[in-house]
Amino acid sequence: MTPLLSVRDLRVGFGRDPRANEVVRGVSFDLADGETLAIVGESGSGKSVTALSINRLIDFGGGRITGGSIALKRANAAVLDLASAREPQLTGIRGAEIGMIFQEPMTSLNPVLTIGTQIEESFRLHRGLTGRQATAAARDALDRVRIPDAARRLKYTPNQLSGGMLQRVMIAIALACNPRLLIADEPTTALDVTVQAQIMALLAELKRETGMSVIFITHDIGLVAGIADRVMVMQNGQAVEQGELNQILDHPSHPYTQHLLHAVPHFANGRAARADGQRDKDAGTKPALEVDGLVVRFPLKSGFFSHATGAVHAVDGVDFDLMPGETLAIVGESGSGKSTTAKAVLGLVRSTRGSFSVGAAAASAARSARPVQMVFQNPYASLNPRLTIESILAEPVIATGGRVNAETQARMASLLERVGLPRTSLARYPHEFSGGQRQRLCIARALMLNPSVVVLDEAVSALDVSVQAMVLDLLVDLQREFGLAYLFISHDMAVVERIAHRIAVIYAGQIVEIGDAASVLSKPKHSYTKKLIAAVPTIDRRREHFELDTRQIPSLVRPPGFEPAPARWEQFGRDHMARVEA
Amino acid sequence: MNYLLRRLATFPLVLLGVSILVFVAIRMVPGDSITAMLGTEAGLLTPAQRDALAAYFGIDQPWFVQYWRWIGGILHGNFGISVTYGRPVLDVILERFPLTLELAILSMIIALAVGLPAGIYAATHSEKPSDLGVRIVAMIGQSTPSFVLGLLIIYTLSAGFGVLPAMGEFAPLWQDPLRNLSQLILPAITLGFAFAASVTRIARSAMLDVLSDDYVRTARSKGASARSVIWRHALPNALIPVVTLGGIEFGYLLGGAVIVEQIYALPGLGRMVLDAILQRDYALVQGAVLFIAFNFMIVNLLVDLAYVALDPRIRLGEQ
Repeated sequence: MTPLLSVRDLRVGFGRDPRANEVVRGVSFDLADGETLAIVGESGSGKSVTALSINRLIDFGGGRITGGSIALKRANAAVLDLASAREPQLTGIRGAEIGMIFQEPMTSLNPVLTIGTQIEESFRLHRGLTGRQATAAARDALDRVRIPDAARRLKYTPNQLSGGMLQRVMIAIALACNPRLLIADEPTTALDVTVQAQIMALLAELKRETGMSVIFITHDIGLVAGIADRVMVMQNGQAVEQGELNQILDHPSHPYTQHLLHAVPHFANGRAARADGQRDKDAGTKPALEVDGLVVRFPLKSGFFSHATGAVHAVDGVDFDLMPGETLAIVGESGSGKSTTAKAVLGLVRSTRGSFSVGAAAASAARSARPVQMVFQNPYASLNPRLTIESILAEPVIATGGRVNAETQARMASLLERVGLPRTSLARYPHEFSGGQRQRLCIARALMLNPSVVVLDEAVSALDVSVQAMVLDLLVDLQREFGLAYLFISHDMAVVERIAHRIAVIYAGQIVEIGDAASVLSKPKHSYTKKLIAAVPTIDRRREHFELDTRQIPSLVRPPGFEPAPARWEQFGRDHMARVEA
Repeated sequence: MNYLLRRLATFPLVLLGVSILVFVAIRMVPGDSITAMLGTEAGLLTPAQRDALAAYFGIDQPWFVQYWRWIGGILHGNFGISVTYGRPVLDVILERFPLTLELAILSMIIALAVGLPAGIYAATHSEKPSDLGVRIVAMIGQSTPSFVLGLLIIYTLSAGFGVLPAMGEFAPLWQDPLRNLSQLILPAITLGFAFAASVTRIARSAMLDVLSDDYVRTARSKGASARSVIWRHALPNALIPVVTLGGIEFGYLLGGAVIVEQIYALPGLGRMVLDAILQRDYALVQGAVLFIAFNFMIVNLLVDLAYVALDPRIRLGEQ
């Protein structure tokens, strides 16, 4: 039987001379009817380019297919080589026979058109439907992706829907005309972990319903375990290994696959939690940071005289303390208030109520007067491109009124060496460094003032998985060496497991569970923590059926003067407590 | 609605600021209206005669008294009397305004009709020779002064084809539409050419940006044709900068186009204001500047409303 798709020795290049600048170099694979192939690789591996070549969208991104063939078995059993097909033929195939969903649902839908119009377009293009028929078809398509109240939602524009909803709209569009092949290019990377679980569940269900084939592109080999039949691992534009899911996960033969499976953070239900530095309150050390009853509200105003109509309770009564040499991870989903908490600690947003104390003196006499420093998520955006590394590292010293003298110079050099960058980096500019190196620079900058607390806001989220692992190792080493306390904000449970001593789970502006990392991850008590942990894909839970759960996070908008009920806590074990649920 | 009211409420404040500015500015120019009106003969006036004239025009009072009288008059709909024309200022302005408005509208139509397609064409053929051609023409259009282009058009028509542009007494649109158009089309082309050039450049860069956006890729993945991708998905998203530019240029044109009016001998606002300044016709300058400022604010408001119509993400008046 001919496979649905047969790719042979595919080569794709970019620029004026595509042959000299190939990004995909001789990739071959087959995809049978109803089969799911996962293409796994890090950024620059050529996995997305391979996918975009199949429906030839790569033509619009400056790429050219320089060799090989892409044979698609069409609905009438005729075989067409997409690599040499002409554009009019391709527009008939895109959307009708090959559907595609992308990484960023927020930007992948046209902001000025209603989602109804955008779904209808597929039916207009390929089914010739118009008017009411098209609207009815669009409503059915929304129903199919389990969006409640579909008829009303058709009139929404993309800015009125959440990321998870938008990705479901994208799926509705991609599957509108029942394509036999769906290409999903990192469809859940930009989404929260519980939303990711919903989307994965939806894709699995729709695949069962329609019997379509799927090419699933991801950097997360743990995610693959839940959905793929076959796996192809890509590196530097080549397929280094491909085979059945179980064979690849259990008996990887290529060193790179082994590296992906073993060296990068995978979630292990608390088994991989750090065992060093058990907290010991009786020893009399004072905490490096104490946060007591932190409240951050953003007032909402409306009307002619801008009177207050309510407030967004972004952070609503958060307490924790942080010992020197300890990592407290704050985990939660977007909008939960974890970044606002971090910003309040840094003084970047004004807290409505609550107190902090930073025990600078408690740690050591050499600490500076400004003991809290930060590392942000995006290493590409958080280094000024016009400054040399030397100026960037000098910045915190200058900003706090210090002088750049021989001592500062020596500190720069030693910190650079410590984060694994050559001393010659000082004269260079940020664009000369890779993402991982830039994050190392950000870390070095944060350490310039010799802080006692470092706030790491999604500090490894933008990095490739194998780079993530190295930066995490660096952070752990630095923590041991300098006795740093980390406040580690993250949505990624696998990363948190690697670095945290303690974990605080934050939901709708409140901490719902806090305690020892191993205990929280292995024996979650609060229902939200359980849901969050259940949503994390792991290699162990292979082919698990994700439950479709469409509950939304509650609104944080409250009427003026609203005060939440005081929290009641239940204690589990020595260092683990959860909020009592109503 | 609420937003509209709040926005309109700021108008008087802005106009107050503009009125003080122009009132003070014009009085800082040396000379006075009596000298400007009578020329060398002003020297023949006896001091008594001069004082009488000054009292007649009200310029014998301190400046704040003059300002107070002027503003008080405006609040009653009286913008004062033009010294040069001997008629109410508002009448003189409203007589000139239709021509200026018509010229501005015609220029904008030309600019959009030429500039938008040219910009879109250049963006969809980017880095090809045709794109380069469009960009060169647009560059020339933007950098050619309007008097050069105006004179060139007149010269080519008269020397090359023996046709003279329709001059003479200006015919309002509602009296003789054909003659009116034949009088205004060349000035409109002269103004519209540079305007079109800027529209082309901004439309090209906005389209180039938008064409690399994710939702354009999504549209293509649905199987949308190149035409539908451009007109339905990309263009509405690229229009915001074009509207911004169009609004600003249109607002300027409503203030009159001195050089083009001069070349084509048109009685527009621009020449009127210039003459009024030269004649120290204080009331007319002040009235005209207020009028132009008011128009500019109306155009800006319309531009903001157009944003809302174009992009559902933009909600006016929210904080």
